[in-house]
Amino acid sequence: MTVSIADWFKETANWVFILLAIPTLLGAWRTVTSNNIVRSVLYLVVSLGGAAAMFLSLGAAFVGWTVVLVYIGAVIILFLIGIMITRAPLGMKAELSHASNVRMPAALLSLSMFVLVAWGLIDAFSNTAIEPFEPTPTSDIANLIFSRFVVPFEVVSIVLLAALIGGIALARRDDGGGA
Amino acid sequence: MEFVDNFWFQLVLKLAGILGVVLTGALVVIYAELKIGSHMQTRIGPYYAGGRWGWAQPLADGLKFLQKEDLSPTGSDRTVYGFAPYVVMMATIAVFVVVPFGPDMVGANLDLGAFYLLAISSLSVLGVLMAGWSSANKYSLIGGLRAAAQLIAYELPLVLAVVAVVIQAGTMSLNGIVDAQQQTWFTIGSFNISAPFIIQGQILGFAIFMIAAVAELSRIPFDMPIAESELTMGYLTEYSGIRFTMFFLGEYASMISLSAIAATLYLGGYAVPGVHGNIVNLLGPGVLLTKVAILVFVIIWIRWTWPRLREDQLQTLAWTWLIPLALLNIAIVSIFKVVF
Repeated sequence: MTVSIADWFKETANWVFILLAIPTLLGAWRTVTSNNIVRSVLYLVVSLGGAAAMFLSLGAAFVGWTVVLVYIGAVIILFLIGIMITRAPLGMKAELSHASNVRMPAALLSLSMFVLVAWGLIDAFSNTAIEPFEPTPTSDIANLIFSRFVVPFEVVSIVLLAALIGGIALARRDDGGGA
Repeated sequence: MEFVDNFWFQLVLKLAGILGVVLTGALVVIYAELKIGSHMQTRIGPYYAGGRWGWAQPLADGLKFLQKEDLSPTGSDRTVYGFAPYVVMMATIAVFVVVPFGPDMVGANLDLGAFYLLAISSLSVLGVLMAGWSSANKYSLIGGLRAAAQLIAYELPLVLAVVAVVIQAGTMSLNGIVDAQQQTWFTIGSFNISAPFIIQGQILGFAIFMIAAVAELSRIPFDMPIAESELTMGYLTEYSGIRFTMFFLGEYASMISLSAIAATLYLGGYAVPGVHGNIVNLLGPGVLLTKVAILVFVIIWIRWTWPRLREDQLQTLAWTWLIPLALLNIAIVSIFKVVF
């Protein structure tokens, strides 16, 4: 079954998608173009919020709320604290210049990333409509993680633990045996 | 009765209900704080506004705040500055979506209820940091940073305490957690005894949750972020008019929301022992709000009787006491869950 552009716009779900996609893209765009580093981070919040909403609209509630909890609730907060502790320009002081020598490589990199993902998607699905499916219940994900994928799950947790210990070891100040 | 099942009608009804509960609730709690605080200090408290007992004092305060000028300091980032109170308020009100007031009286009975709660309430830190930074004031910035450090530190014991409840109930849906507390715990003869989780061994978890909740609210004894003696008013320093009112109402609304969560997770929520069927939908809100009122009273009581913790004491309490105890609590609950 193929889908024409006109059909695409008849579907309500696609309008929801557009409503979510536009703020997500604008947020991402302003994240890299804003002159103020704190504002950049806040635009990133808009972008991540859009991504989380996208997951929710796809019926992946667990992934969606994980994005909110982990990315907005923890990673972004750490970004903000890090920036504010070290060099927060108070209020509306612009301080990012976007040196022109990194603009081209950055644009090229994101363009090639976009082409890669888009090519992959078109190659895999072409313009076939995907059949509507029931949202995955979170308990199914939990049962899978703790039965079939329990070993990878534990391995990942050990990697995280190692990173945590490494972080503490790096941040710790040893004054020649004192303390 | 067809329109009752209409999605949009139900949505408007639920929104109106939640806003009504949150806003009138916040005003009632503000009044309670004024009166209880006064009596604990052998004062009378508000006396004139509204006649008897000065019951209209919170309304008068609210009107006074509303008619004040909405200032924003020179050099502040006005967009972020203006938006911060709404982020905090939104995070508070969104919590009520999953709090069940009765078997059917719930905004949305999400499978991921407890997870949603933790995700959405972590957003208020963002609002606090936005407020602290955008004010272009050193007191505000330091206050915002302290608030964020404190909220992160106490978020962990809060989450871990909730995890123990989720393990015991075997579900993350808040309705499911209330139901689990109505299940038969043990039987004496032919009597089926059920008990809320606080009696079924979650007393440690409840204590951790309440301490962390008071810290999340930045209330005395955990009010270093807005310590008047050193930071004027912390991240609230520059706020005035309606935006200050938003923060102020938000603080009292989150007292209600955290108490409602604690009541649902540990005290049985809307459930009345021995009463089943549709009548619970009618009694439920009253039962839940009574439990909330008791917890709110305890929080107010703590504020007016405890001295303020120093910043380092506050962090030590979270990281070296509450988090290990919460982990221990999870271990004990899991062992009991597996063994029995």
